[in-house]
Amino acid sequence: MNLTLRVWRQSGPSAPGKMVTYRVEEVSPDMSFLEMLDVLNERLILSGDDPVAFDHDCREGICGMCGMVINGVAHGEQRATTTCQLHMRHFEDGATITIEPWRAAPFPVVKDLVVDRSAFDRIIQAGGFVSVPAGSAPDAHSIPVRKEDADDAFDAATCIGCGACVAACPNGSASLFTAAKITHLSLLPQGQPERLTRAKAMVDQMDAEGFGGCTNTGECTAVCPKGIPLDTIAQMNSDYLKAN
Amino acid sequence: MAGYLASEGVTATIERGAATAPVSKPASKKPTPGKRGGFLRSSNGKKVIMAVTGAVMVLFLVLHMLGNLKIFLGRDSFNEYAEALRTLLEPIAPYRTVLTILEVGLVVSVVLHMWAAISLARRARHARPVKYVAKKSQAQGYTTHIMRWGGVTILLFVIWHLLDLTFGVVNPKGYDSAPADRMIAGFDLSRWWVTLFYIVAVAMVGLHLRHGIWSMFQTLGWATRVKALRPLAALVSAVLVIGFLAPPLAVTFGVIK
Repeated sequence: MNLTLRVWRQSGPSAPGKMVTYRVEEVSPDMSFLEMLDVLNERLILSGDDPVAFDHDCREGICGMCGMVINGVAHGEQRATTTCQLHMRHFEDGATITIEPWRAAPFPVVKDLVVDRSAFDRIIQAGGFVSVPAGSAPDAHSIPVRKEDADDAFDAATCIGCGACVAACPNGSASLFTAAKITHLSLLPQGQPERLTRAKAMVDQMDAEGFGGCTNTGECTAVCPKGIPLDTIAQMNSDYLKAN
Repeated sequence: MAGYLASEGVTATIERGAATAPVSKPASKKPTPGKRGGFLRSSNGKKVIMAVTGAVMVLFLVLHMLGNLKIFLGRDSFNEYAEALRTLLEPIAPYRTVLTILEVGLVVSVVLHMWAAISLARRARHARPVKYVAKKSQAQGYTTHIMRWGGVTILLFVIWHLLDLTFGVVNPKGYDSAPADRMIAGFDLSRWWVTLFYIVAVAMVGLHLRHGIWSMFQTLGWATRVKALRPLAALVSAVLVIGFLAPPLAVTFGVIK
């Protein structure tokens, strides 16, 4: 496959950026999107150019490090798939692919396609935890949990914090991420004592970071690689309302 | 950037991960909220204001639609209904007491709904200072994308609508006329463009509500267990659109004279 890439290049946090066009030839359809970028970078390095910086770690779709807006869609148009698990066979030979970083004021660009997602860490620090003695794992049946609640909590807990929801949201809202973390804990018995203070602290931190408000467009859940449902946001809203 | 590597003193041995960002991260701008923001200042609080004021307006629309349909029972029935609205609770309360209270409530709702919407839109703009070169919507339905401009369209329509049928300024019958006369003259076939404008505006209201009614339940946190909310919102919107369009169309096409 031969491709034309339009990539956002930005040398540092305060440097101005621009879209730069590259030709990448002899790409295998079996390559992942990141492997295709590896090929580009090897050629850039050999020609003495600065390689395109992008975040990645496990390349198995479970760590949440990778993520870029591909042709206007966070993680690309393949549903429920992280960028690392997106394969080149989903693109046509000769295609032009536009690649941009997550765009949000609370996610400043570090370099090229790498953004600083520390804002998510601070939302978690504000209340995304349970204050219980962490000893050895308790017996599975010592605290009964309804099957439905366990399933919903697990669905929410699959959030890998990649930030695609923020990138896709027309308001730059972090509601799906925050709601997933709140719902995960608020459906389980261990999360009950801090349920309302947690919701308030995390939502207030989300606002303080400068994320936008939710207008229920559903763009977030459509691009979420883990398919976190919009219901989690209703759960967050309900808890936040009770906390006030 | 030729010579970049040499100037940094990096050898050509590039391993996996070498292309990632430098480890040092920029200093965080806002580590914690400086002060406790009030509920109504929070983005969630503003959404609750939008939901509650929206609910008030939807309830008003239902009553307004039912009142309009009285025109099918004849001019007298419609005029009596209009008079009854003004004389409700008389003689306990003076003329127009209930109606004035309702009007004040509506104006307050409209103002708060707009204030919250503008405030959230400004917040959204600040949250994405750099726009995407390419952006493709992935969510179903386009109504969510026209809520803001749809709202502006509806506001402009409401202003026209009040000038036409409430104050009679742009109505052929003027202010000192029976409500039914104003309606029948206002939507006369010779003023077909008024009917057309009305159809467009009411359709816009319907689209606004299709997202808005569902969104209201989502914002208030009642949407977690009810799966039929989206179809329900669409149904209520459709009923309102049909109910509001029936009288003017009947007038324009001469069914009601």
